This record gives sequence, structure tokens and C-alpha cells, in this order.
Amino acid sequence: MGMAIKEMMAKRAAEEIDNGNVVNLGFGIPQKVVNYIPADKTVFLHAENGVLGAGPAPEPGKEDKELIDSGGVPITTVPGASFFDSADSFALVRSGKLDITVLGALEVAENGDLANWMVPGGLIPGMGGAMDLARHAKKVIAVTMHTDKKGNSKLKKSCSLPLTAMSCVSLVITDIAVIEVDDKGFLLKEVFEGHTVEEVIEKTGADLRVVDNVRTISYEA
Amino acid sequence: MAEKLENKFGKIRTVEEAMTHINDGTSIMIAGFCGVGSSYRLVQEIIKKGVKNLTLISVDAGDPEVGPDYIIRGEQVKKLITSHIGATPRTGELLNEGKMDVEFSPQGTLSERIRAGGVGIPAFLTDVGLGTIIEEGKQKVTLNGKEYLLETALRADVAIILAEKADEFGNLIYNKTARGLNPHMARAADVTIVDAREIVPLGAIDPEHVVTPGAYVDIIVQGGGEWTWEWQLKK
Repeated sequence: MGMAIKEMMAKRAAEEIDNGNVVNLGFGIPQKVVNYIPADKTVFLHAENGVLGAGPAPEPGKEDKELIDSGGVPITTVPGASFFDSADSFALVRSGKLDITVLGALEVAENGDLANWMVPGGLIPGMGGAMDLARHAKKVIAVTMHTDKKGNSKLKKSCSLPLTAMSCVSLVITDIAVIEVDDKGFLLKEVFEGHTVEEVIEKTGADLRVVDNVRTISYEA
Repeated sequence: MAEKLENKFGKIRTVEEAMTHINDGTSIMIAGFCGVGSSYRLVQEIIKKGVKNLTLISVDAGDPEVGPDYIIRGEQVKKLITSHIGATPRTGELLNEGKMDVEFSPQGTLSERIRAGGVGIPAFLTDVGLGTIIEEGKQKVTLNGKEYLLETALRADVAIILAEKADEFGNLIYNKTARGLNPHMARAADVTIVDAREIVPLGAIDPEHVVTPGAYVDIIVQGGGEWTWEWQLKK
């Protein structure tokens, strides 16, 4: 039995991260990415409130009430970490020092547009730092289920939901495939074990080009 | 400790004195992220005083029953300027019920609007929010062939600041992620009220360690008290 698919998606996203990278992880599956960064790579995790070098959760009872991540959850720091105020935190993002952000997505369009912050009609959560991160991270990786609960593709010709940022996503990791977004649109590069190129094409709501040698991703549990 | 403090500048005041600056219709910046960095005592006092029609500027609405959420759920706020209310469902309900106006600003833009308000810059250009609903009602400016949104500075009548340590001039240092927007809000209000965990004599803070110079600070109180966070309740 292999790994759970959400874990495999996180592990695949972690392959994009290099030693010394400055990385911001969004909520949900992106948060799991940290568990798959190999030990020989030192990565500095950025939290919007004002930390570079966020570390794992403290042991129960060792929490510091004034050391939290952007989800309000207690964290630790790694050697080499720094604290700064929240305006400086976004100065780092806007000035292009954030190498990678991994974000969840509601929809991704073939031109890289991302919608991930609100669905009209419900309670509006607010965008938090998503617009700043999506616009200015050097590389934006969207991690999402390929289709919604009704089976509609989340990869589309254009987004129907309110945008987070225009033309920002360069890689989409779904539960069935890994798709690059370049200036011509979606390019299928990899499928997860058990899925086929034909299935991915059928479930994608936009044109999908396919590379010659599609990698099949298979991870040992 | 208290006997060493001369209160030479009259900035060290009681909580009651500080609260005279907060009344119906006051615009207030409350620092803190998920409540971390928000003064427990001054928020309690705002609730106790029952002031209404407040304009609140805060990076988020806090966590449930922590930070600004407390004031918001008591329907004391007329307008909230923020980036995120997803952790506090009551805030969203008040917005949908039309009982409170919410102006959303992307978190980095909101932070910069407050920073601008504190450094005498009336507005700035940014490309964050282009092509999104954040554009609505905003002026677009083309500079060097690129398009930007004009974002305006934010100031408030009062800023509520939480510091780890203050000296009696109001030089401040903060603690870890409780820093948040505290240093920027401290500069962006007409009256800056600091709740300090500890108040020390002049000279007790190394000038190299000062984050907020005392010139920005009007009132220093020792509020005391602490929030209880959701993660503590889950245990």
C-alpha cells in the first residue's frame, strides 16, 4: 500500500525546494510539505506575521504564547531564524526574496490566474497574505484536487471565482498529475501512479499539452 | 521597581486615564496577529466601557474570543479595516447581516498602508491586487509602462500597543511574533497607548535594542492579564 495521495502531493511539492530556499507554505496540504524536505537541505520557512526560519511544533507544554505561525499555531524556530515586524515580512515578499510559495487553489486558469480566497455567497474569510504571496513569490505552486466534489475541473480556461492574483501559478500539483503552466498554457509532465495521461486530459477543463516522456510518480510508503 | 520610576514625562498613567481617549466613534488600531500582540487588558476595558461606532484597524479579527473578535462580537464596531476574518465566524456574519462594514486589504498592503500612515507618506503604488476585486474604487497609475494601484495611508485616533518592555520615555521592545504591526501602529495614531509587561527606568534598555523610539509613545500603562488561545483549550 502506497502513501496517502495528499502526502504524495506534499512530497512532490517538496521536490521543488532547494537548499537555502525561503519558502512560505499555505494552509491544508501545503503545510504537509515541510515533512518531506530532505534532511540535507536547510530551508527557511517564512510566516507572514514576522518569522523567517519557523520550526516544527513544540512539545506539548513547551509552547511559547508569543511564538506562532500564520495560522496562530505555536511553533519553534530553527538555527538561523529571525524575527521582524509584519510590514517587513511583506517587504521580503514584494522585493522578490521569497523563492517559493505553495498555496491551495479553488481554480487555476491556463494563463496562471489563481483563485483561492473566496466563494461568493458564503462567509467571506478575507485574503490574508495570499494576494501578496501569489503576486510576488518567485515561484507559485498550486496544490489542489484536480476536480471539485461535483467532478468539475479546477484547471480551467479562465477562473470564474474572484482572483487572488493574475498569471502567477507556474506549477500545479493535483491528486492525479503535475502540470506546468507556461506562456502557452497547461503542460502535463507527470502523473501519479495509477493514473493515465488520457484520464488527466479528460478531467482538465482546458487544453493540455503533454511532454514526450511523462513521468509516473510512485513513492514508497 | 516602581520607586525607581520618576515618571518625569508623565507618560506612565492608569488604565482609566488611558481609556479617556477611547469614546464613541473613535478610530482605533489594535496590533496583534491571531490575538498575539494584542493588549488583553485594554481590549477588556473597551468592552467594559461599551463604546460604540468604532472604526477598528487590525490585521485580522483575532481568534474566537481573543483580540478584536471580543469587541466585534459585542457590535461595538461600525467599520473594520482588515485582511482576514476567517478565524472568527461572527465577524463574517455581522458583515453579511449588514451590521458592520468591512474593508479588506491584502495583508502586505494593509501593513504598508499603516507603515505609510506612520512615516508621513499619504499613499503608495503597488501591483498587489491588480485584476482582483481589490481594484474596485481605486485609482490606477501607470509608471514606467507598468500599471499599479494607488493605496492610501491609514492613521487612527488611537493605537493600542503591546510591548514586552517600555522605559518611562516610551522606548519599546517587543517579543517574538507579538511584534506584528505594533511598531507601525505605534507611529500611525494621534494617541499611542502602550500596554507594557514591564516598565523600566531610563537607560535600562540598550539603545541598540530599542525598536520603537519613545517619541512616538504618549501613554504607558501596565495592563496585565493574558489571553487564552484555542490551542490551549484543545489540550
